[in-house]
Order: sequence, then structure tokens, then C-alpha cells
Amino acid sequence: MAAVKTLGEVAEVVRSKNAGPFIVTFDILFETEEVFEAVRAAGLLSRQAVCGLYGVSDNELLGFDFYPFARAVKFSLRRPVGSGGPRDADVYGAQQHAPLLDLAVLP
Amino acid sequence: MIERKREDEFVVVSNGMLGYGFREESLRDAVEAGVDLIACDAGSSDPGPYYLGTGKPFVGDAMILRDLRLLVKAGADAGVPLVIGSAGGAGGDGQVDHLLMLLGRVMEELGLDRKVAVLRSELDRGTVREAVEEGRVRLFETGAALTVEDVDAAAHIVAQIGPESYFRALAEAPDILVVGRAWDVSNIAALPLMQGRDRGLALHMGKILECGSLASRPTGGGDLILGRLRDDHFIVEPPHPDQACTEASVSAHTFYEKSDPVMLAGPGGSVDLRRTLFEQIDPRRVRVSGSAFREAERYTVKLEGARLAGHRALTVGGARDPAFIRSIDAIQEAVREKIRETQAGFIDPSQYSITFHRYGLDGVMGAWEPNRQAAHEVGILIDVVAETPEIAEAVCGLARSTILHVPFEGRRATAGNIAFPFSPAEIPAGPVYEFNIYHLMEIDEPESFGRLEWLQ
Repeated sequence: MAAVKTLGEVAEVVRSKNAGPFIVTFDILFETEEVFEAVRAAGLLSRQAVCGLYGVSDNELLGFDFYPFARAVKFSLRRPVGSGGPRDADVYGAQQHAPLLDLAVLP
Repeated sequence: MIERKREDEFVVVSNGMLGYGFREESLRDAVEAGVDLIACDAGSSDPGPYYLGTGKPFVGDAMILRDLRLLVKAGADAGVPLVIGSAGGAGGDGQVDHLLMLLGRVMEELGLDRKVAVLRSELDRGTVREAVEEGRVRLFETGAALTVEDVDAAAHIVAQIGPESYFRALAEAPDILVVGRAWDVSNIAALPLMQGRDRGLALHMGKILECGSLASRPTGGGDLILGRLRDDHFIVEPPHPDQACTEASVSAHTFYEKSDPVMLAGPGGSVDLRRTLFEQIDPRRVRVSGSAFREAERYTVKLEGARLAGHRALTVGGARDPAFIRSIDAIQEAVREKIRETQAGFIDPSQYSITFHRYGLDGVMGAWEPNRQAAHEVGILIDVVAETPEIAEAVCGLARSTILHVPFEGRRATAGNIAFPFSPAEIPAGPVYEFNIYHLMEIDEPESFGRLEWLQ
């Protein structure tokens, strides 16, 4: 029986970054079409899974989608506070991806 | 080895950030093979609102001078224009002036007398206030409509201007065009667009080239990137012989820093990538075709504004006691309450904010952190932003002394709760700005937008 695989094990790139000062956008890129399609078919990387990880409601999750042309998954979140203003903790939004690494995506 | 420029193609070599460095040979090889344009981005909103708010550059002069010397010389040698956008970082007038001062030094050193056009995009408050009152400013990603009060509170307001606004400067064939805040794509796309090249392809190529070698592998060391725009496609390649553009690196870069990867929105419309094809034509080059421009009903430019949010003082300490770490939420509340109580009638809570960044618990992700299991020690950064530097320092000092001694459940160590590494513990950290304008403004005549000047 194959072991469960996490996103950190099967994705080539998992990253977050500002898309402007008010949105953080997340990119998950796969090296091959085969892995991309397998992850998509497994259905474990989903809107619900992402909402659960980040503690946000479905309407706060922006544009979760699979993009075959780039073998990629992308979604965005509105920042609780603007980049670099008072109370912000990540000016570049570059360290918000980590919880995705442990998400089980292949059964 | 870079293939010689063909008659029918428009070749751009692009630097992702002025002052972040690139390989000298990459520029030389690109220019020798033939280019039509040297494009260079010099700014971003990424480092935060401080730079727009204060007008300070976020790249040091020495680093900018190094890149600028090479770029100015290459432009002169090749006899092609050098276009620099988002000058000075945030692209405000003061930052443009600073870059022009550095550019003047470089031209003098090189003994070159270049024809320099300057296109400014800082807006006065009156212009933006009028647009708000006429209903020409749209809600964008801040979640709140722009008000006249926001406009009046902003220290500086700039517009990310589009390629169409470059046309009247480029029509007079400057050697160097320095632009204030600009849509990054404009620096690359304006000249080919003016020459009648395909809009969807020119803009998409601009988007891919605007960060330099980030669209190639291996990423990391910053270098230049080269694009060849032809009639029905464009080709992306790295001048660095040890780098390669792959279908994955180029298509992935289309995603970078954009929330919608299939409709790249910009001034005047969007590039529709639903039919875009990325093809590897040899081990180092990728051909891109099928990107189409969809014109918007109204031409808009993105406005950016920053206002002073207060003055900062901070202190850093660490907690190692497990009972303290377990009670950390209650302890913070006790600290806030104690300061409110002891300062009643003296400092009002509306005059300051206290943020506890708790490294080892949720310091990086805050409310988004799913793992609530604390580490065996927790670093606490107490960040106070207040109306005046004096209040910030006073509140920060009170927060420091209070958290050091506040009682909590299960406390055994009654001499002090936190290890502070420094004496003095408080650090005044200057003014704090915040983006308070990030909206779209409709404009009627993009071709005449911005203020054009010629240097002599």
C-alpha cells in the first residue's frame, strides 16, 4: 500500500507572495502533468482543505483553481492588514505558504 | 551565444530591479547580438508603504550607480533607448529627482551627453480629489471606496501609468526615458506598441520580462532576460549561458504576484491567456503565442497612496517558562489592561496600538496559523505604534516593564518573566506608513497622462 503523499513531497514549488499590498497569492506548481492530474483527481487539495488550513470562510478564499497550462494551482487571500502597515507581520507575504506543505494530497 | 537579432523582430533586454545587480557579460552579449530597447524596472510597492510615504529610496546609491553606469553605456553603444520605470522605488517626484541626480553623475563620469526625457506620475491631491468627486475612482482591493479624507491624508499619491502614456516621450526619440511610478510592463511594451506590434503579445512579453531572470532557471542570482517579439509569437531566453528558460519557468512566471493568472489586468484592458501556448524550442528558449488583448470599457490607472500611521517603538524578548507560554494570551491582555489603567487620564488607548508578534507560536502567520502548538521558547516582539514618538516610547517601556513582572497562572519564577537581550530594551524605530490608497482611476486620454519634461 502506497503511503499518503503531502504537497511538500509532490509539488515542485509551493509559494506565497504579495499581489499588491492587500492580497497574498499562493502558487503551487507541479513538475509533470502526471502529478498535476493525479493531485487534481484525488480531490484532497480543494477549497475546503485550504479554508480549513487558513481558518478562513469560503467567501474569503479568492479564485482557487487548477491551471493545466502551467500545471499549477492558484488561490489568493485578502490580507488582515495591508503590507508594511501597523500590525503587519510579513511585508512581502512570502512566508504564508508553509501549512500547505503538510497537506496530504495523494492517498 | 545569443542569436543575432532578425530584421523582423523587436528585441528587448530587461533588468528586473535597478541596483540589484546583473552580470556585465549578459548585457554586453545581448547588445552585441542586437537589441531595440534596454528596459529597467526600478521600483515596487513590495517593500511596503514607507518608501512612498517618506520618499526615501529602498536601494542604496552605490548599487544604483553601478547598474546605471553599465545600462547608460550599453544604451549609448547600441544606439537604442534606455527606459527606466518606477524611478527611485515608489516613483514619486522626489524619488525621480534623486534618480536624475544619480543619472547626471553617471553621464558626467562617462562623458556622455544624452537626451533625457522625464515622465512624472505623482499626482497632486487636488487632481485625485476631483476624480473622487466626479465618481471616476473605483474600489479595488482595499475593500473600501476612496474618500476625499483618504486623499487629504496621503503623504504622496502616484499613478501606475500605462504604456500609452510613454508614447509622446518615445515619439521624440529620447536616449533615456525616466518614468515615475509605472506599470512594470510598460517599460518593455511601450516602444513595440508604438511601432504597431501586437498588443496582447507585447504586454504578455512585458509581464514575463519585467522581473529579469526570475522567469528562467535556476532562479536566485539576479540577471537580465531577453525577449524577441515577432508577428505572432515571442521568444524568451536568458543571456546567461548557465540559465535556461523552460515551459515551466516561463508559464510559472506568468503567475507571479498576480491573483488572476489567465486574465492579466492592466491599464486599458487585460491580456487573455486562455489560448496561450508555451513551447520549448530548444533547451534554453521558450516560444509564447496566442495571448490576446481584451480592451476594457474605460482606461484606468492604479493609484497608490501612503499616509503616516504613527511612530514606532519596539522591544524584543524571549520567554522560556512553560507556564508563561501556556498563559501568553492572558498575559498580553493583562499587559494591555494594566497600561490602560495606570495611564488613565494621561495616555488614551486611542493614541497607540500594541502588537505582540510571538515567534515560536504564531509570529509569522497570526490568525492564519493552523498549528497552535508553541515551541519550548517563544520570542516576543512588542511593537507599539503611537501618535508621537514620545507616546510610542512611553507605552513600549510600560509594556516591557509590565510583561516582565505581570503575575500569571502557575507562576513559580517571581523575579521576571522575560529574557531581554538588550539594555536599553526599547528601540525607537521612526515613522510608520500605511497604504491608504490602492484604487483605480478612470482617465480619458492616456496618451497625455503624466507630466513630460526634457533635461538639458
